[in-house]
Amino acid sequence: MKIFQEESTQNRSDAVFKLITLTGAVILLLIIVALFVQLIKSSGLSLKTFGWSFLWSNVWDPIRQQFGAASSIYGTLVSTAIAMMLAVPLSIFIAMFLVELAPPVFSRWIGTGIELLAAMPSIIYGMWGLFVFAPFMAKYIQPFLKNIFGNSVLFQGPPIGIGMLTAGIILTFMILPFITAVTRDVFAMVPAVVKESAYGLGATTWEVTRKVTVRYGIRGIIGGAFLGLGRAIGETMAVTFVIGNSHRIVASLFAPANSITATLANEFAEASEPLYLSALIELGLVLFVITFLIQAGAHIWLQRVRKSVGVQ
Amino acid sequence: MKFWIYAFVIALVLALVLTSCSSGGKSAKNTVINGAGATFPYPIYARWAHKYQKQSGVRLNYQAIGSGGGIAQIKAKTVDFGASDAPLKPQDLQASGLIQFPMIVGGVVPVINLPGIQPGKLKLTPQLLADLYLGKITEWNDAAIRAVNPHLKLPDLAVTTVHRADGSGTTWIFTNYLSKVSTQWKEKVGFGKAPSWPHANAVAGKGNEGVAVYVKKVNGAIGYVEFAYAVQNQMNYVRLQNAAGNFVAPTIKTFQAAAANADWQNAPGFYLVLTDQPGNDSWPITGASFILMYKKQKNAVVAKRVLAFFDWAYKHGQQMAIDLHYVPMPQKTVQLVEDTWTKEIRADGKPVWP
Amino acid sequence: MKQRSRILRKSFNYLASGVAGFSAALGLMVLGWILITVLSKGLAAYNTNFFSRLPTPPGMAGGGLANAILGTLLLTVLAGLMGIPLGLLAGIYLSEFGLNRRFAQSVRFLTNILMGTPSIIIGIFVYTFLVAPLGHFSAYSGAVALAIMMLPVVARTTEDMLQMVPKELRESALALGAPRWRTTLQVIFRSAKSGLLTGVLLAVARVSGETAPLLFTALNSPYWPSGLNQPVANLTVTIFNYAMSPYPDWQRMAWGASLLITLSVLALMLVSRLALIERKVKP
Repeated sequence: MKIFQEESTQNRSDAVFKLITLTGAVILLLIIVALFVQLIKSSGLSLKTFGWSFLWSNVWDPIRQQFGAASSIYGTLVSTAIAMMLAVPLSIFIAMFLVELAPPVFSRWIGTGIELLAAMPSIIYGMWGLFVFAPFMAKYIQPFLKNIFGNSVLFQGPPIGIGMLTAGIILTFMILPFITAVTRDVFAMVPAVVKESAYGLGATTWEVTRKVTVRYGIRGIIGGAFLGLGRAIGETMAVTFVIGNSHRIVASLFAPANSITATLANEFAEASEPLYLSALIELGLVLFVITFLIQAGAHIWLQRVRKSVGVQ
Repeated sequence: MKFWIYAFVIALVLALVLTSCSSGGKSAKNTVINGAGATFPYPIYARWAHKYQKQSGVRLNYQAIGSGGGIAQIKAKTVDFGASDAPLKPQDLQASGLIQFPMIVGGVVPVINLPGIQPGKLKLTPQLLADLYLGKITEWNDAAIRAVNPHLKLPDLAVTTVHRADGSGTTWIFTNYLSKVSTQWKEKVGFGKAPSWPHANAVAGKGNEGVAVYVKKVNGAIGYVEFAYAVQNQMNYVRLQNAAGNFVAPTIKTFQAAAANADWQNAPGFYLVLTDQPGNDSWPITGASFILMYKKQKNAVVAKRVLAFFDWAYKHGQQMAIDLHYVPMPQKTVQLVEDTWTKEIRADGKPVWP
Repeated sequence: MKQRSRILRKSFNYLASGVAGFSAALGLMVLGWILITVLSKGLAAYNTNFFSRLPTPPGMAGGGLANAILGTLLLTVLAGLMGIPLGLLAGIYLSEFGLNRRFAQSVRFLTNILMGTPSIIIGIFVYTFLVAPLGHFSAYSGAVALAIMMLPVVARTTEDMLQMVPKELRESALALGAPRWRTTLQVIFRSAKSGLLTGVLLAVARVSGETAPLLFTALNSPYWPSGLNQPVANLTVTIFNYAMSPYPDWQRMAWGASLLITLSVLALMLVSRLALIERKVKP
């Protein structure tokens, strides 16, 4: 066996050492495989009962034992979409500020500050969201949006503070530091020569950023965006507190909604019927598959980036 | 220097693990009884547990995760008893080998958040309540509400209904009542622990606590909570019209009036619903909260310990219950329950109680 | 390039720079807002009772969260005992033995997957795997869930840090006849020590603030930890339960617990940063 072929003088102790460390790696592997297998096994009943229609059925009725993931999936996707649409531009601007505009000392401190946002446990975001931010939304932001876009179907309904929009905005703040960190590194890695030649031609800072830096580092920025996306989709605590927990698909962003993670957090401990439990676990499986696909996509993307830039 | 840091950390680790293991040794570990379930009776169970621990040293660890959770966890056998406001039907009890018995009776109260309206002033008929939750009435100054409350100045606010996000016995009691008083509700939604709520502007909170929090935060909200939560949170409750046509306020007296009609003797498996009871003073949304335990117990000592707590609560916890606006079970029913314990609960084939 | 007036381009630039500055300010403002909220509401909860007493039923004064503090420490330490050694081993394997083999590539890929798996899924996994079959919630199932979260983080940072050690160091040790294990543990580790410490501290910090994995495994308890086989009190699930309660004293304690967790996480981050700085200073 290859494990036992070592090119050093103490063959046996090296082989043993390699075996021990291999155990660690194998356990890691086994855990993930076990996770996937267990999820599939436990959702078996629900998979058999509902089949593919589970994914687009909007009925979530524990009384009549009818389950469909559509409302949870919808909420997860929309809240994440809001977060991405807000966080990616914000992070590009913040990176521009940190790298191009701010004096270096300033830049380091502000950068650290933004990173502190990443260190906050998500339940703190949930607490702050429910007790401080949601009332703020209800009192100022939502009426303001209603005044401007009153007739839009997106802003119907009373400004109750909790709901899809608030959940999306809180997610924005949660993923902002991750995307910003990557974007800032990408900006910093653009060779000075490239930027300076643009400046030499008389371009303004903004033009350099837009046409040179972002274009040059677009792949890295997208990689960072993937990172944020993965984080936002799997976020539980921050979303559960403020999304309103309503199993309906409504167009309005002011309306309460639900996400896969919030549904699981609220209902898992009480699924007393096997089908209910199985449906919830299938919901978890759906989430796992989505995050898997995002991770795999990011992985493949980053491989291509590395190849094109020539980094090993 | 570094060496001492590592040594300190390792010592701390060992100390932590050892203390928790040894205090979790034979003595302490066995004097914890684990229960989970309804949030409805949580305030009184917590009081009882606190007092009982002082007297007997036995600790009750009750996790209020909702009636659905109580049923799920006892079925999964991860707790010693489950608690649910939604009683299981006798067939279900038979099938899963459980018995249930009523522990306490309380009232479910609609609570509102209407600026400018004093607590207890708003009157609602059963039909109005159903229509609010069905989404047929969308503004608080709707003509139908004004008709019943001619002297109140109702604000021009949209109605937001708050319900339970988790599988809830409180919801079961509430929707059971709505099904009784509104045929449209009965057809469209039905009753249960987690129905498909029809109202578009509906928010869900986790536990009685979650509903209370959301009602307090959203202007124009209406929700339903167990009365102790309404009191402890100083919430604006509603006066409901009962079966006799009178508008009653939720008080210990109206709960007792409703509970007085309970005929536990003739209820197999103690399956009894107390909503919409007759009587001039009866509160229409009253319900009992039940305890679920297995008939076949694995450990006679543990089972007896659990039953001893309930026995103590029945006999010595009555005043505490009344202080928190719950109705304790009357003596006759307690006797009935304890006879059932003797008959049904066994370990190794032998009865556990007394 | 389109010919546009200098003034227009300059004003666009000012606008963009303004937006950039505003964005940075927004980020800092949110951070400050959250910190100030947690600090002010959390400090309001602190008294000697908070740190030394057990929780009391709602409405009774004088309770505290001493058991939850102890419980979180216990869970974090247990999780560390399980997750850190395994993570180190896996990281060593990937760095020293597995450089480009297919097996190592797949392990790396799957480590990233595990790291990105939502924590609630891990909690559900441990529930179906440990809690349901064994029949009770317990401290050790909570610790296992947390350990599974720590594992990939420690493995990744270990591999990265070990990879940063120059090849020459490895080769000279091997050339002198040192066996692999000596080379790794005594030579390479010593060189990468602060980086490894950073990875471990970051994993611990991340895990101590997690709630979802504990919801269905360690559950919660109003009493002192009484053995690894029983549910155990912990700060995060307590915050989850207390925050949604309508009792003011409980809500206050939820803020107190939030402050405690935030401070510990920030402290751990600070220490790990300092460790890295030390490393940069050393020649």
